[in-house]
Amino acid sequence: MLGFLGLATWSPYIVGVAIGLLVCLSLVVSDRPLGCSTGFVKTCGLIERILRGKNVEKTEYYREIPPRVDWQFTILPGIVIGAFISSILSGVFALEWIPPLWAATFGRDIGLRIGVALLGGIFLALGARWAGGCTSGHGISGNLQLSVGSMVSSACFFIGGILTAMGLMSLGG
Amino acid sequence: MVDLTALHKNTPVQALLGLLIGIVFGFLLQKGAVTTYDVILGQLLLTDFTVVKVMLSAVFTGMIGFYLLKRKGLVRRHVRTASLGSNMVGGLIFGVGFALLGYCPGTVAGAVGQGSLDALFGGVVGLVLGAGLFSRMYPQLSRGVLQKGRFRSQTLPELLHMNEATVIGLMAICMLVLLAGLEFLGF
Repeated sequence: MLGFLGLATWSPYIVGVAIGLLVCLSLVVSDRPLGCSTGFVKTCGLIERILRGKNVEKTEYYREIPPRVDWQFTILPGIVIGAFISSILSGVFALEWIPPLWAATFGRDIGLRIGVALLGGIFLALGARWAGGCTSGHGISGNLQLSVGSMVSSACFFIGGILTAMGLMSLGG
Repeated sequence: MVDLTALHKNTPVQALLGLLIGIVFGFLLQKGAVTTYDVILGQLLLTDFTVVKVMLSAVFTGMIGFYLLKRKGLVRRHVRTASLGSNMVGGLIFGVGFALLGYCPGTVAGAVGQGSLDALFGGVVGLVLGAGLFSRMYPQLSRGVLQKGRFRSQTLPELLHMNEATVIGLMAICMLVLLAGLEFLGF
């Protein structure tokens, strides 16, 4: 069995079917669609609560998404652990600052890669919270419930992403 | 019928379930290679269709599973009120971040787990900052742009005035044709 668990990659169809079943399980046992971006709001709120005290919970957005260590928060460390286990079992775990495609296009300047990634992260959180979900919340969980808003969001994730990726790569030459 | 409300209301158990579901999700994302920058950028550059294959097979399976579970009364629909100001504008902003970072909010956590330091020091830090920024903008946005262009129908069956099972059947056929087409074209 470790043979299969130790493979570097699985077929995207096997992975997709398993994720679809996992979302169903999550809806049954937790009454929640599987989503990730709320976890970053919780993380930010928890950090702010440490730095600025309990009053941050009175902020309008944190009243809607209370900064607590609950389901929507714990899923994030869960994903880190799960991916760590998977990469250790297959022996592909490696500390890496710059992905190969980035290195081939823009070189090996760590500052440039981290700067662009940081900017990307800011846009990603803004967009996910603006749209009310991310690639998992809208792209998978919302679409499988036939939500029109999720379909519009998912289409826009890819339209914005494709245009930006093509523009970015043309800068690298 | 099983009453699951007590389980749903038990916050500590739910926090543990969130962790366990996250572990399985992270494991699957890593095995599916979608925690890899090159794979996600390859999707956005339309040279690698792994992300679309994973997403479509997840939606295909989950759509049928959700429908059957809902008929048994085991799940309920969670759909937010949609609007162009929220879903379209937010979606496009998300897309810009998706391409600049090369991970999404779930896969960035998976990338951290496999050792990608750009995901940790760029992605996670940026996402936390972005979430904080959004919390500041939220009072204005929630009364303004997020309300613009609200949809009258929230689900596809409502929008098309069709029965849910028929819509699911048609969607399933479209997805299978799309996936078969990708394989046929050699992606």
